[in-house]
Amino acid sequence: MSERPRPRTITDPVTITVDGKEVDVQRGELLIDACERNGTYIPRFCYHPRMEPVGMCRMCLVEVDTGRGPALQPSCMIECSADMKVATATDGVQKAQDGVLEFLLINHPLDCPVCDKGGECPLQDQTMAYGPGESRWTEEKRHYPKPIPISETVYLDRERCILCDRCTRFASDVAGDPLIHFMDRGANTQVNTFPDEPFASYFSGNTVQICPVGALTAKPYRFKARPWDLDQLESTCTGCSVGCRISVQSSRNQVLRYLGVDSDPVNWGWLCDKGRFGFEAVNSDERIVEPLIRTGDELVPTRWTEALTAAADALRGAVDGPGDPDGVALIGGARLTNESAYHWVKLIKGVIGSDHVDAQLGDGLPAELVLGLPGATIDEVCRPGSVVLYLGPDPKEELPVLFLRLRHAMVNDGVRLVELSPVATSLTPLAAASVRYVPGDPSSVLDELFAAGPPGPSDSDTDADSADTSPRALAARLLAEAGDDLRVVVGRTTVTESATAVVDAVATILAAVPGARFLPALRRGNVRGALEMGMAPGLLPGRVRRDSAQTGVDSWPRVPVADGNDTEGILRAAAAGRVDTLILLGADPLADFPDRNLAERALLGARTVIAIDQFLSESARRAAIVLPAAGFAEVDGTTTNLEGRVSTVQQKVTAKGTSRPDWLIAAELAARLGHDFAAEDADSIWGEINSVAPATSGVTLAELARSDAADGLLLPLDPDGVRFDAPARSDRPAIDSYSLRLVATRTLYDGGTLLANSPSSAGLARGTALRLNPVDFDRVGVVDGGQVRITGNDRSFLVEAHKDESVPQGVAAIGLNQAGAAVTTLIDANAPVTDVRLEAAP
Amino acid sequence: MTTTGAAPGTPLIVSSRFEVLDAHTLDGYKASGSYEGYAGLRAALARSPQQVLDEVKDATVLGRGGAGFPAGTKWGFCPPGVWPRYIVVNGDESEPGTYKDRVLMERDPHQLIEGCVIAAYAIGAAQVFLYVRGEMAHAQERIAAALNEAYDANLVGRNILGTDFSVDIVLHWGAGAYIVGEETALIESLEGNRGMPRLKPPFFPAAKGLYLKPTIVNNVETLSNLPWLMNNGATAFKEFGSDASPGTRLIALSGHVNRPGVYEIPQGTTTYRDLFYDDAYGAGIRDGHELKMFIPGGASAPWFFPEQVDIPLEGRVVGAAGSMVGSGAVVVMDETTDAVRACLRIVRFFARESCGKCTPCREGTSWEEMILRRILDGQGRPSDIDALLDVADNISPGPYPVAAHPEAGLEAVPFPPRQTTICPLGPSSVAPITSAIRRYRHEFEAKITKRESIPVMAAGAGG
Amino acid sequence: MSRFTPENEQLAREIVARYPRPKSATIPLCHLAQEQDGYLADDAMTHIAELVGVTPAEVLGTASFYEMFKRKPIGKYLITVCTNISCQLLGGEELLEHAERTLGISSGSTTDDGLFTLEDVECIAACTEAPACQVNYRYQHRVSHDDFDQLVDDLREGRRDEVPAHGTLARVRQQLGADRIANITPPEAQDQPVWITRHEREAQSSGTAAGGGS
Ligand SMILES: Cc1cc2nc3c(=O)[nH]c(=O)nc-3n(C[C@H](O)[C@H](O)[C@H](O)COP(=O)(O)O)c2cc1C
Ligand code: SF4
Ligand code: FES
Repeated sequence: MSERPRPRTITDPVTITVDGKEVDVQRGELLIDACERNGTYIPRFCYHPRMEPVGMCRMCLVEVDTGRGPALQPSCMIECSADMKVATATDGVQKAQDGVLEFLLINHPLDCPVCDKGGECPLQDQTMAYGPGESRWTEEKRHYPKPIPISETVYLDRERCILCDRCTRFASDVAGDPLIHFMDRGANTQVNTFPDEPFASYFSGNTVQICPVGALTAKPYRFKARPWDLDQLESTCTGCSVGCRISVQSSRNQVLRYLGVDSDPVNWGWLCDKGRFGFEAVNSDERIVEPLIRTGDELVPTRWTEALTAAADALRGAVDGPGDPDGVALIGGARLTNESAYHWVKLIKGVIGSDHVDAQLGDGLPAELVLGLPGATIDEVCRPGSVVLYLGPDPKEELPVLFLRLRHAMVNDGVRLVELSPVATSLTPLAAASVRYVPGDPSSVLDELFAAGPPGPSDSDTDADSADTSPRALAARLLAEAGDDLRVVVGRTTVTESATAVVDAVATILAAVPGARFLPALRRGNVRGALEMGMAPGLLPGRVRRDSAQTGVDSWPRVPVADGNDTEGILRAAAAGRVDTLILLGADPLADFPDRNLAERALLGARTVIAIDQFLSESARRAAIVLPAAGFAEVDGTTTNLEGRVSTVQQKVTAKGTSRPDWLIAAELAARLGHDFAAEDADSIWGEINSVAPATSGVTLAELARSDAADGLLLPLDPDGVRFDAPARSDRPAIDSYSLRLVATRTLYDGGTLLANSPSSAGLARGTALRLNPVDFDRVGVVDGGQVRITGNDRSFLVEAHKDESVPQGVAAIGLNQAGAAVTTLIDANAPVTDVRLEAAP
Repeated sequence: MTTTGAAPGTPLIVSSRFEVLDAHTLDGYKASGSYEGYAGLRAALARSPQQVLDEVKDATVLGRGGAGFPAGTKWGFCPPGVWPRYIVVNGDESEPGTYKDRVLMERDPHQLIEGCVIAAYAIGAAQVFLYVRGEMAHAQERIAAALNEAYDANLVGRNILGTDFSVDIVLHWGAGAYIVGEETALIESLEGNRGMPRLKPPFFPAAKGLYLKPTIVNNVETLSNLPWLMNNGATAFKEFGSDASPGTRLIALSGHVNRPGVYEIPQGTTTYRDLFYDDAYGAGIRDGHELKMFIPGGASAPWFFPEQVDIPLEGRVVGAAGSMVGSGAVVVMDETTDAVRACLRIVRFFARESCGKCTPCREGTSWEEMILRRILDGQGRPSDIDALLDVADNISPGPYPVAAHPEAGLEAVPFPPRQTTICPLGPSSVAPITSAIRRYRHEFEAKITKRESIPVMAAGAGG
Repeated sequence: MSRFTPENEQLAREIVARYPRPKSATIPLCHLAQEQDGYLADDAMTHIAELVGVTPAEVLGTASFYEMFKRKPIGKYLITVCTNISCQLLGGEELLEHAERTLGISSGSTTDDGLFTLEDVECIAACTEAPACQVNYRYQHRVSHDDFDQLVDDLREGRRDEVPAHGTLARVRQQLGADRIANITPPEAQDQPVWITRHEREAQSSGTAAGGGS
């Protein structure tokens, strides 16, 4: 199987004897792992290194002697102890393993030739290697109706199932979605769902990957290819900023499958379904395959040379001649490779001289906060026994595999998490304390929590204070216990609240806990990398300010002379007619910028809009020039995850149509503007980045190519260069008693472009619905599920409303970016919070 | 009504009230045996928990659930300083042939409750769960009523008899699954899960049991001994039975004897011959017939044959002779019994009751059943006997415990069997197979070669 | 078919409170649902899942392990005939065949009038009273073929008061409301029991061995 034994540093060695050879292993580690690491692979089906062993399949039986004579024991359940003697290849062991194999085969259908797993099936492999030739079994095999769908994406064939408990253990222990389960007993045991309650888990695809036979198959892959037709390269998923390691597998130049790769510091082999099945977008027929140029109302296909010339013309005025570099602005870039991001920064800032560059769309965090705070890795946040403060988006919806890591930390490793959120999230049931705050003002609650201070010596169990079991009291006690050793995950809980609230909160935390370390909960795949490359106003590559003395960009033709605008500022300038050329680099402000009205006006106001994208997003449709970009698995390079971990992405297939890597498009434009970027490939660009961006100097290609660096390399966790300076606390937004404060949260399956183009997952997007506390609900006077008119920012629309106890009073919760409601029309980018009014629809 | 009793001179430690019609009520319980009711509990409360534990250790109260492990020693395995501790009473009695816990629960529920309270006091249990087999509605009613009375009388619950000792006893019904009698499966079941056994180690209940807390699992009969023990002391207890197996135990004697019944016998000193032929017990093999074979300790036990009748019911002796006293279920089979048919019936039981966790048990027991059924139905193949033994060997590798066969010059293989499985259920399915084939291979062969099934089972329905 | 009635939901909550962790009440609540409806309905399992805080799949996973829970309605009287070894030796299998003939159904099925379901079961702990059977888990010992026919007649005519309809197990329940419970909390909330602590202290002050609990 593709699993790797868990890496292990030996801190408490004991010597055991394996087949006569003495080896040093960690006391208490599982024998099966210890043997594998020392070169003796013990066959197994149920054991998975990332899950608790159950010892069910009995394939891993070996003879273990701990002084009382050898006895057959499952090596997946036996912990190593001193002087243990292990025999893995005696006749007795052989017979037992052959016996298990024969038992597994008697009821297993012989349909390997038509099975997706054929060719990569451990059962098949074991049978070829050790199995009995001829079957003594002449009875009828167990029969079940052939594959049944257990979710939108996963099929289950119970005849093939060998009841190893991997999928069911994954569902309950790892994902926390126990929606598939063993049913019935004995020889009739089977895996199934409850009637009409599908295995609707964001992580269901992992069960397909870890199934040791072909019992679970994924709809997007079923019958698409045989394993021996596939070849693979390791890469990093850029679906979100967690940066899970994956294996990209293709056949005949078509990506057919992603599998999770076990990266110890990051994803432990797991993927979310959105990422796993995201490959469908790469192959989508909706991809833009040739450059488009506007003639009248239409975008018509054209040749690259013409499109590039037109784009260069649009930029040229700003470079030489009387033009003003301030007339050029760029939004986006958070989904590119580091190399592409660098090239675009170099083009806009270094060649054109404009500082109006922002990788984020007003839904992220200020670059100083991301780059200028002491960092914490995922492992450090999940360190056993620690206390974590979480103020950010629902990780299950936005950073799914980070959710799995946090869940494991809380459930298995005693991590106590204090959640600060306006509404309940997927963390709430797992958190040690979940505290609600009024949207727009997390700092007041933080003040209160930190004011409680460390527990005094008299705070024993008789103390009235510690008897208080309210979430706030609990949270305060945990924060006091953590002291300076606090890890904070920080991000935007809702886009209806401005980033200022988060900035204030971080300042409050730092004031109380100067030693706190932060993990930014960013959304888009390479937003961290884009910021590291300088894709934010005022910054240059390598976490340095434009006006700092330490910039490494001497080789650039120029650098901007003044700080530029962020996305909001760019859109305002565009709306006011002050932007000549607006570049949308894989960005769709109409869909993603929190204030839709402003985005609309900006696209109307910009003279020329150039979109570089893979799909014709709503915003790209309004562009004058559209350049098709190569997508994931079509480019080489590196990406940087939310921790600041740089890892490789690899090209596996040729780019769709005539689309080109973003870095090449930037280079071509630079050339037309008279500057030779002299880059041949991504590697040479990274080389240039190393010399230009001081913070990246430790992450060289040579280092990245080392086999033990497959998990990526961390950029420095301690800031140098850009620093987060706590601003003065902004005023607490006033509460208006006639309004409700809007909280708009994302769900994993939303109306996003990638998803809309992944047919297997597209149906999973939930519609928008408004959720209200029963008290507020009754005040509005509608029936559950009835229509409500919601008004904010002078816009309004109708939406279905539901009662929800988990929503605090005074708050209206809604899903963002879902079909059926333009939630962002309600948001005013100028306002710190979004207050809405509700009335029952007539 | 079920025949119960004892040989003259045997003390009635647990069965003294079996024939008292209202012994299941608190009044009846008080009136019979102990003048005060719960005198054993009062005696225990007058001592320290440690003293009670020492007394139980000293008496060597062997577990009556099957494994025969001394209760006091097991209690001592609770890791110090780890709280809470729980007691789970195993009233799941389902081992074929076994019928004694049900009698104790139906006829003398207060004795059991008193035993639970004494044990809880000694080990410091927070709570006791009385897990009664699901199919025993009457026992559940009797225990519920008795618990209600005992709570009312302050014998269970808060500040028992005015002391600082409190414990809750919760009656829990099973729902039909033999494997739940295995202690770790019992714990899983009590946690609301499928009753699938846990692997020992690491899940020894006394260390990591219910909710992974220290948990003592004891059989109904084991705990029913405690009131008498507290009243009469370890010395009196040890006056009966053998040194290794003091006290008495209940034996369900069933099958082809004249007087089947539930008998309290002195442990270790009574032989199977006594049991079968003594008029106080079986009063002989059913009229006109002779002994062919017998199961000495529940369906999981390898069979014994006439050569073994003089063996005493004493764990170590029976173990060395190739079987076990187990749950005290003795099943007698006379010469009319078809060994293949009896073997199939027991194997079918294990196949139906496998929890399905271990591959060899889940797949192997059904396979064994299919081969045996084929043989019995006259469809057997010459290779079937070897196939059967080999499948069995893949569930329980190596020589399987079996009784000596002096005539054939075969020696006994001592108990217990080896296993490729988590619990002994799968390997138990091998007991009837090796027992029957070793002794009556010709019966199997006759069915295969002559392709005829020998009509036996001469007796019609009982009356 | 149905979720718990308000009274049964009340009782269900009381039962949940008897366990240190709610999930432990799964099997008792399945019995309660079966008592209410005669079988274990899907909706009941969903309700149980809510009451004990798990998914319906987990409730079904547990319930389906156990023989006594029936997912479809069965006869008013479930007759279970033991054919295991002790009963087999004294005619259990013949009794089962006789029952099949008398009721006109094969083992595992239900009579058309919905009155009887017949099952061939494993040992029911009545081995000295072979052959034995149960009706809705009420024992019948040493059952001759005539006894069996009489039993069926009696049940048809409603002459067996001691046998409630299928689903009802014990008709006496333990009374363990909140007023009676001495000390049932989640395991995390439990500490060393007071009587153990007292005896430890006493033992220490008198210099003898520590209390049994430590
Ligand atoms: C398959 C299997 C079934 C068992 N069934 C029962 C049973 O029904 N009742 C019982 O008391 N013990 C049963 N046991 C034994 C228990 O695991 C456990 O040893 C016993 O309850 C401990 O109590 P004791 O020490 O008082 O005997 C069974 C064991 C196995 C392996
Ligand atoms: S041996 Fe059989 S009953 Fe025991 S745990 Fe394994 S599968 Fe379950
Ligand atoms: S891998 Fe150890 S029992 Fe399955």
